[in-house]
Amino acid sequence: MRRRRKALLAVALAAGLSAAALARAEPPSGIVHQPGGSKQRLLQLGAGLFAANCASCHGALGEGVAAPSDRGAGDITAQGPSLRGVGELAPDFYLRTGRMPLNHAGEEPERQRPFFNSHEIEAISAYVSRSFGGGPAVPEPHPDYGSMTEGMSLFTEHCAGCHQILGEGGYVTGAKVPVLRHANPTEIAEAVRIGPFLMPKFPKSQISDADLNKIIAYVMRTHHPEDAGGFGLGHIGPVPEGMVAWLVAAFVLTGLCAVIGRRLSS
Amino acid sequence: MRFRSKLRLAALVALGFLRGGGRERKPEPIVEEEGGDPRAELVVALLLLAAAACAVAFVVIYALDWHNETQWLGLSLGVSLLLLAAAAIYAGETFIPTEELEEDYPAIEHPEEQMAVDQIVRESGQGITRKRLLIGAAGAAGAALGAALVVPAASFGPLLDTAPFYYSPWSRDRRLVDEEGKPYRADEIEPETFYTAFPEGAYREELAAPLVVVRLDPSELELPAGREHWAPQGILAYSKICTHAGCAIALYRKPRFPPAEPSPALVCPCHYSTFNPADGGQVTFGPAGRALPQLPLLIDSAGDLRAAGQFSGPVGPGFWGVRTRRPSA
Amino acid sequence: MIRRAVRFLDARSGAAPLLRKTLRYAFPDHWSFLLGEVALYAFVVLVATGIYLTFFFEPSTAKTVYHGSYLPLRGMEMSRAYESVVNISFDVKAGLLIRQTHHWAADVFVAAIVLHLIRVFFTGAYRKPRELTYLIGILMLFAALLEGYLGYSMVDDLLSGMGLAIGYGVLLSVPFVGANLALLIFGHPFPGDPSFWSRMYIAHVFLMPLLIGGLLTAHLALVASRHHTQFRRRRVNSERKLIGIPTFPGQAPRSLGLMLAVAGVLLLLGGLVQINPIWLWGPYHVYEGTNGAQPDWYLGWLIGALRLMPAFDVVVWNRTLVPNPFWGGVLFPLVVMGALVAWPFLERRVTGDRRAHNILQRPRDAPVRTGIGVGFLTWVVMIFMAGASDRALVFLGISYISQIWFYRVAVWIVPVALGLLTWRFCLGLRGMEEVQAEQEAAVRSARPD
Repeated sequence: MRRRRKALLAVALAAGLSAAALARAEPPSGIVHQPGGSKQRLLQLGAGLFAANCASCHGALGEGVAAPSDRGAGDITAQGPSLRGVGELAPDFYLRTGRMPLNHAGEEPERQRPFFNSHEIEAISAYVSRSFGGGPAVPEPHPDYGSMTEGMSLFTEHCAGCHQILGEGGYVTGAKVPVLRHANPTEIAEAVRIGPFLMPKFPKSQISDADLNKIIAYVMRTHHPEDAGGFGLGHIGPVPEGMVAWLVAAFVLTGLCAVIGRRLSS
Repeated sequence: MRFRSKLRLAALVALGFLRGGGRERKPEPIVEEEGGDPRAELVVALLLLAAAACAVAFVVIYALDWHNETQWLGLSLGVSLLLLAAAAIYAGETFIPTEELEEDYPAIEHPEEQMAVDQIVRESGQGITRKRLLIGAAGAAGAALGAALVVPAASFGPLLDTAPFYYSPWSRDRRLVDEEGKPYRADEIEPETFYTAFPEGAYREELAAPLVVVRLDPSELELPAGREHWAPQGILAYSKICTHAGCAIALYRKPRFPPAEPSPALVCPCHYSTFNPADGGQVTFGPAGRALPQLPLLIDSAGDLRAAGQFSGPVGPGFWGVRTRRPSA
Repeated sequence: MIRRAVRFLDARSGAAPLLRKTLRYAFPDHWSFLLGEVALYAFVVLVATGIYLTFFFEPSTAKTVYHGSYLPLRGMEMSRAYESVVNISFDVKAGLLIRQTHHWAADVFVAAIVLHLIRVFFTGAYRKPRELTYLIGILMLFAALLEGYLGYSMVDDLLSGMGLAIGYGVLLSVPFVGANLALLIFGHPFPGDPSFWSRMYIAHVFLMPLLIGGLLTAHLALVASRHHTQFRRRRVNSERKLIGIPTFPGQAPRSLGLMLAVAGVLLLLGGLVQINPIWLWGPYHVYEGTNGAQPDWYLGWLIGALRLMPAFDVVVWNRTLVPNPFWGGVLFPLVVMGALVAWPFLERRVTGDRRAHNILQRPRDAPVRTGIGVGFLTWVVMIFMAGASDRALVFLGISYISQIWFYRVAVWIVPVALGLLTWRFCLGLRGMEEVQAEQEAAVRSARPD
């Protein structure tokens, strides 16, 4: 066990050094990929990618960087939480939704196109999990088993305050709350358990896996809400409705008045 | 005789504005002549028929069971009305005469009538000798009767008794339960998340019932003096109702880098009032003018969470006496 | 045929002279005079659709479990009020169409009133002898706001419940008597006595419509008795002589067309554009809330004011003299209403103009009024926009806290700047016209006749 750790560390350091050399050639905040990565062994690939892209903020040993420092490649301020015990769950979520790596420590991670391909993400997740003391695996939710109606009640109680009742996103003092329109069941399950950024971290004692399935079933439903009334206007309530009232109805009717009535000329 | 004269008057008036209605002779025209426009009439007729067709479509759609029924119903009826509107407006623009009349504005004032009104009122009161007495008595009657008629409105709610605002279903030893009624155990309350709790066995749909419960690191707490024992193991309970305008505090911002940065916050989604659970619910942002009421907790021998007393202040939006008394059960 | 009908009617009511006068009543013609009519027709649609809805709505907070045809809510506990509105939306044929048309009509009703008010203000139509007409109009505007608020509060969905809680908080914040007022109206601290639902209902479907209808009648009667204002016409003395199109036949097809068009547009919106999909919001509980809760647009200026207010209560000797929501929720609308009500009398006093006016002014003819009006409107509109700043964050990514601080400062600077700019602009326009008139006069005098 111990020897394996050491070996891993050696691999990590070697990969880190080579990656650091590569990193110098890249733009400061650029992403470093491993050339010929697909041929390498998974852990080796993960170690290399981690050292090149993650270690400056999370520490070479995943111990985190508590005080802001400038020790990363390039001149970014590095600070990040410890990854001890996060398992595959957190790296999988952050990397698959393109939330990591960040440009600056402290900025809000937002969903975007992932920086790594699926294989690379698997490699980094495996590396983080194996090297930094294990932890939870990627969850496998089964939203088909959950009741959407109960899910709605649970979602209203735990999630709607920030994410809006139909997952259209919102605001919490100091941060933007993401829209859930693009989230898949696995990502939702991951986010509930991790509590990314400022989001609460819901343990199983609070939201059981069965309840989580219900919540996911509901969120999936909100991707295609029942728009019995016609065009849905983004499902965020009265703001777009007011815009329609003014920019469509009031505009058209005022225009009609202008057509019927005379203009000021004589 | 009277009947006949009335009839004649009516006939005359009718004659006055109906073109070609009279049998006797053609009256002087009132409405300006307008040249005919057979093509416009055809267009209007077509618009009317199209409107009729849409209205029929509405009835048919109503009778059938269509997918997207509301859309089709709205479309058919709306278009029918718009076609009718087009017919009316187009007819108005073409073959219906649109003449301009000139007339005098009515007089702004009527001095004679004003004086007459004044005179009538004054002269009607000529016989009164004890004017003041009568005015006083009538005033008294009016005021008293008015008051008497208004008084039943007090039944709408307790008018002077504001005690209901200080009611709280919480009292010492009442257990905290979750949405399903299951008691919360202290060791279930984890950090970095928030829980909604209710008083065991009490009605939930009132402002003083729901709590938001969080666990923070006891070393991070800076509770006001006298609340040292209100948060056993760092478990804190606050009213879930915002002190600004009464919405539910449905947002919890956990620290990004536990335990402290940025400070944990309870946030109301209505106007984003932000409260710090670590220092007794003080307001850190947004419009709320008062800290969130805190409920002291204790952990019983079975490990369940219970209230250890009463809220630090009345729950919900502020009013005149909100800082004067603590709630009671 | 017509003659026989008129004869029958006149013989029994003596209405023929009135009828004749009505048919030949002259409407001065300008497109902006039709905005008030749009509001009137939206009100007609509101009453018609509203009556239909009363036959299906149940104003009760009694708990029930939903078993209707909308699957995602089946088995959920909710109030009868909310259930009945879900039923109107899914189980009453054409119910959703009527409900949505009703809601759109409310949004458009207030929008049309505001447009009409803007026209009346900037043309000076409120001046003597029409101050009463104007005051009644202002009252109607505020009655319409309350009526709309009651309407969406009765439904008991998540959004309406949060709105009602805010209304309760605002009511409670009235200095000294807020708590008593709230108890009197709600019967019990929030969410109130069950009878509160009957109170809201009867107010929404009877008292407020009666009030608005009564005010509307008075408004129209006053307009008719004083006749419409008009813009200056060259060929007559427009202050004395009115030029207009008679009700019948000239005005009738146009007004009828406008009414049908208003109803048509509202029904099209009601059928095609979803408004307040309460089945998606879910039922309300006092301990639940959703992000981004907003009122209908016409109360957006109040939520803006509530959000902009810095956090403080006025406290004297441990007595909460003025709780925070008072500033944005009570004082602000009262200031706006007070300013609107006081304006005609203020203007009379300041300008010393006590004459009666039948001729309208163009905005440039009264630069000070136009400047103040634009400034005032900008002030209200900016506060209104602040109410949507959380949505601006979600869509545009502008930090919420920065927006709030921006508005807290800008609502005092931008209106003043824009008002001054407008005033200068009006003066400039007028100057240009004077120069033009002088040139024309010079040309005319130089040319021998």
